[in-house]
Amino acid sequence: MDEALLRSLTPGVIGVLVRRGADFAAAEDAVQDALLEAVRVWPDDPPRDPKGWLVTAAWRKFIDATRAESARRRREELVDAEPEPGPASDTDDTLQLYFLCAHPSLTPSSAVALTLRAVGGLTTRQIAQAYLVPEATMAQRISRAKKTVSDVRFDQPGDVATVLRVLYLVFNEGYSGDVDLAAEAIRLTRQLATAIDHPEVAGLLALMLLHHARRAGRTAADGSLVALADQDRSKWDTEMIAEGVEILQAALARGRLGEFQAQAAIAALHCDAPDAAETDWVQIVEWYDELAELTDSPIVRLNRAVAVGEADGPRAGLKALGELDESLPRYTAVAAYLHERDGDVQTAARLYTEAAKKAANLPEREYLTRQAARLNRKSPPHP
Amino acid sequence: MGRDSIEGDSEMAKYLLLKHYRGAPAAVNDVPMDQWTQDEITAHLQYMRDFATKLEATGEFVEGQALAPEGTWVRYDGEGKPPVTDGPFAETKDLIAGWMVIDVDSYERAVELAGELSAAPGKDGKPIHEWLELRPFYGNPPTITE
Repeated sequence: MDEALLRSLTPGVIGVLVRRGADFAAAEDAVQDALLEAVRVWPDDPPRDPKGWLVTAAWRKFIDATRAESARRRREELVDAEPEPGPASDTDDTLQLYFLCAHPSLTPSSAVALTLRAVGGLTTRQIAQAYLVPEATMAQRISRAKKTVSDVRFDQPGDVATVLRVLYLVFNEGYSGDVDLAAEAIRLTRQLATAIDHPEVAGLLALMLLHHARRAGRTAADGSLVALADQDRSKWDTEMIAEGVEILQAALARGRLGEFQAQAAIAALHCDAPDAAETDWVQIVEWYDELAELTDSPIVRLNRAVAVGEADGPRAGLKALGELDESLPRYTAVAAYLHERDGDVQTAARLYTEAAKKAANLPEREYLTRQAARLNRKSPPHP
Repeated sequence: MGRDSIEGDSEMAKYLLLKHYRGAPAAVNDVPMDQWTQDEITAHLQYMRDFATKLEATGEFVEGQALAPEGTWVRYDGEGKPPVTDGPFAETKDLIAGWMVIDVDSYERAVELAGELSAAPGKDGKPIHEWLELRPFYGNPPTITE
């Protein structure tokens, strides 16, 4: 059975139910039940019209769920109304669901969970496993999220930027359980790109592809991180890179630059280089300048300092770094790197040790500790 | 590497709320439980249960466990030998009593919840103001790093 097909039908089916008069929360529950039934039934008895099958099954489940006396009256009205399929297209429904699930009233973790379930068609258990929380907790998170958006009109235009933020968060989480969240984020962004023509949607899709293409090179066999400069670039997925570059070029050609396009442009320049030394660092610095203007993010300026260090030498990089706040995440790691490039091995080793203590995740801590150990062997610290 | 994406302001993360039998700075209402009334003990335990239930309902609860105060030290003692055990050592300064793991949207939210847990009632039904240790979990390394 094609699980990807099944899941891609999810938002459209929810949309049909909502247009027939079901409220979003009930429609979403009914579709989730119908998906579970499809997983049971389809392998032995594949439907000719998968979407029609899901709509019928979900509608029946919705009707079953509204059994109370007051609900029955409503149901009769609904059944009367059923033949009206409504003018909205599948694409519109899908887009509305993205907006609803990323509604600004939701916290990031709620928006992420709701998007993965209602738009992505994942089960609560799969989402719970991906985020390493109990299923009951995830069920509550989703149910509260649905309550939060229960007053939001389904046909209200939403903000693409909030949707992109949610998809970005899903992608950047990578994968820790059975569900590959990076691949799922790409699927959802691709689907969004077919529903709305927007250069930043294309920019985010390109950005994801250009990072995902390098995944095989990013970790060693033992799971440890490999820095960009040391990656075996033959492991990069050239086809995926080509797709990302093509999508990015088409987006940039429209002349409406945004932060995701700018980030993707930087990723594309890395993908384009045969090795770290031949990377077009000057152009990367220019893109960071663009990005800094678009976002005013101190983290962008930190990454810019690294690029300046490559383009104009480590002294210039350290000078750019010196203008930034030392409390920024990864500031110390960048300082260590630039000091090593500048030949000050002992300072670099000390800073790598300090940076390891501040790392936000274990692979990064191990990477930084190894750098410190490597330099300490080269030049033992003064007693 | 690290939270170096331009969207790095999201701090969705898991935190450990660590409660100590010993080793934490002194609480404000520092009367030990064996000197409370039955009702004060009941009220305290109910508060802890309600707190966990509330976090389940908000979708922020991951797990909670309590530890017995007495444990054993164990270490490898060489090929073919059984591990050496020792202790418990009365002089051990730091003694963990239990923990709760939460999954929240921000550091501020984690601090808020820890503060709430520390307000559990003790002697005379007044908040204990107990010091809890708040420790972030390591997350996954982010995919987007440049």
